[in-house]
Amino acid sequence: MNAAMKLEPADKVILELNVRNHPGVMTHVCGLFARRAFNVEGILCMPVGDGTESRIWLLVREDERLSQMIAQVEKLEDVISVIRHGASHLVFDRLEEFFA
Amino acid sequence: MQISGAQLIVRLLEQQGITTVAGIPGGAALPLYDALAGSTKIHHVLARHEQGAGFIAQGMARVSGRAGVCISSSGPGATNLVTPIADAKLDSIPLVCITGQVPSSMIGTDAFQEVDTYGISIPVTKHNWLVHSVEELLHVIPEAFRIAESGRPGPVWVDIPKDVQTAMIEIDELPAPGKRDEPSAVNMTQIQQAAAMINAAERPVLYIGGGVIAAEAAAQTMMLAEQGGLPTTMTLMALGAMPVDHPLSVGMLGMHAARYTNYVLEEADLLIVVGARFDDRAIGKAEKFCPNASVIHIDVDAAELGKIRRPHIGIQADVATALAALLPHIQVKLRENWLERVRLLKAQFPMQMLDSEDPRSHYGLVLAVAEALDDEAVIATDVGQHQMWVAQAYPLRRARQWLTSGGLGTMGFGMPAAIGAALAEPERTVVCFSGDGSLKMNIQEMATAVEEDVNIKVVLMNNQSLGLVHQQQNMFYGERYYASDYRKRTDFVKIAEGFGMHTFDLDKAADPRAMLAQALATKGPCLIHCSIDVNQKVLPMVPPGAANTEMIGD
Ligand SMILES: Cc1ncc(C[n+]2csc(CCOP(=O)(O)OP(=O)(O)O)c2C)c(N)n1
Repeated sequence: MNAAMKLEPADKVILELNVRNHPGVMTHVCGLFARRAFNVEGILCMPVGDGTESRIWLLVREDERLSQMIAQVEKLEDVISVIRHGASHLVFDRLEEFFA
Repeated sequence: MQISGAQLIVRLLEQQGITTVAGIPGGAALPLYDALAGSTKIHHVLARHEQGAGFIAQGMARVSGRAGVCISSSGPGATNLVTPIADAKLDSIPLVCITGQVPSSMIGTDAFQEVDTYGISIPVTKHNWLVHSVEELLHVIPEAFRIAESGRPGPVWVDIPKDVQTAMIEIDELPAPGKRDEPSAVNMTQIQQAAAMINAAERPVLYIGGGVIAAEAAAQTMMLAEQGGLPTTMTLMALGAMPVDHPLSVGMLGMHAARYTNYVLEEADLLIVVGARFDDRAIGKAEKFCPNASVIHIDVDAAELGKIRRPHIGIQADVATALAALLPHIQVKLRENWLERVRLLKAQFPMQMLDSEDPRSHYGLVLAVAEALDDEAVIATDVGQHQMWVAQAYPLRRARQWLTSGGLGTMGFGMPAAIGAALAEPERTVVCFSGDGSLKMNIQEMATAVEEDVNIKVVLMNNQSLGLVHQQQNMFYGERYYASDYRKRTDFVKIAEGFGMHTFDLDKAADPRAMLAQALATKGPCLIHCSIDVNQKVLPMVPPGAANTEMIGD
């Protein structure tokens, strides 16, 4: 979330997290990134299906520490799965009109 | 039957096999305490500070391998638990921490003794819950034990609002108790590759950590070492996994290793890392650690593989399961050349223990205590110079014999942890080596020790100083001692007497060895006091940030 460092497509990674939906899960995920000094550029979260699960989309910068970061996220009890997408994923691009 | 949430918690703890819990009550935990009073199976140990309760629970967990339980009220009770819980997180100790919280309807109103326990506990736990309803307890309490004890163990925290404790619930039977997850199968291709590397190596070293203790894999680790002819080094957390006087042991590695240990590692062509995490105190400057070695890394926590050092083979598995799979593929090797080289390095650069004959000197006291005890004793420490002297000198020979705060390095750990160990294993003598700085951090637990009449022996190495700070100021800050010496003496013997402990002052003994033997043989809590020269140092020492081979001192 640092405008001065706009992400070039080559640096962009999009993470798709499926998580258990409860009030603490966002804090768990965001806090983990913050504690390990890993910047999250964009974040989006919505419940899916019957609402027992949520999907969190994270826009992060490609970094040699990213695989370590993902390994740490996978350890969170409320995280069911983590999928890594490249810059071609459209979820954040489509949102841009709301940030114009 | 109809029972309250608090009664349900107690029933779930009972069926979990919990017989001792440590804590301090307060408003938001009173329903739970009222229910505990009705339990015939659970003994509640009233600590004198919640930090003490947390470390008592840790002591129970560290000697037994099972989750320890500590309890407190909301607000200050909960914040006082943060340190022992963080300590358990860094050392992967299974704990279930239960705190009372203000009633649900008052959460978020800055109510009396309300803090965001859930938020505060996230970074220091493996997992945590704020329980929203009495029904949730049926799931959360067993889950708490399962998570604490499964995979890489760790502390979990359950925050329970007062109204959830008092709410009634109708249940026919209790849910099944939480059980440790069965370890998953290991990747046999990787195991075979690892075996091939070990069999082909010329100068392999086995580097073992606390994960070996957590996985109850000490015996298998020793078999691996013996079968493969592998010199074996232990982290601070692994001490006891292999007897230090085992012919293949090269002792503890890292910042306060014997010179030869770090030199052996420097020459290794293969490092077999089992249940260890390349901690900076163990490996020094990471880029310069074992520069010529390939690495096989076995750990239950996938996130440890490649975190600091990229392994050639990284095996995510329960250590015991992995070793069971690995052992049949390891060729029996004598490795005469390499082991001869190790012996030579050891003869040339051994651990030097100054004044070790004098039972009133730093190393001498540690050795004299060891001579008076057998391997059944439990050895706990606080944090500082005394901790490192014990780690260097005490002949630890048994897994779970050694209790020390490794990752967080928390002064004040020792005495309450010793109390917990003695509560869990009352037949053992539990020694706590402490320093005058550390002992003061949880000195109030002397009252708990006396009340519970636990068989602990606090050996106070009193240098009237924060010795390890004093040492660093001596070595790295131009001998500018600041805030490291205590200007006024404390009469610890009188204080311990005041709490009702037995006391022995080696300073005043005509025959210190005889007094020590008598003290260690006296049942019940006891303080053994001995003055130590403030100028004694923990050596060798790798300066912070340096490579392990750049040690100061012999
Ligand atoms: C709670 C806590 N505060 C501060 C420190 C920093 N620290 C590390 S060792 C030490 C001195 C320990 O003194 P003492 O317990 O007397 O042991 P000694 O080094 O003299 O043997 C200090 C202040 C710490 N490890 N833990």
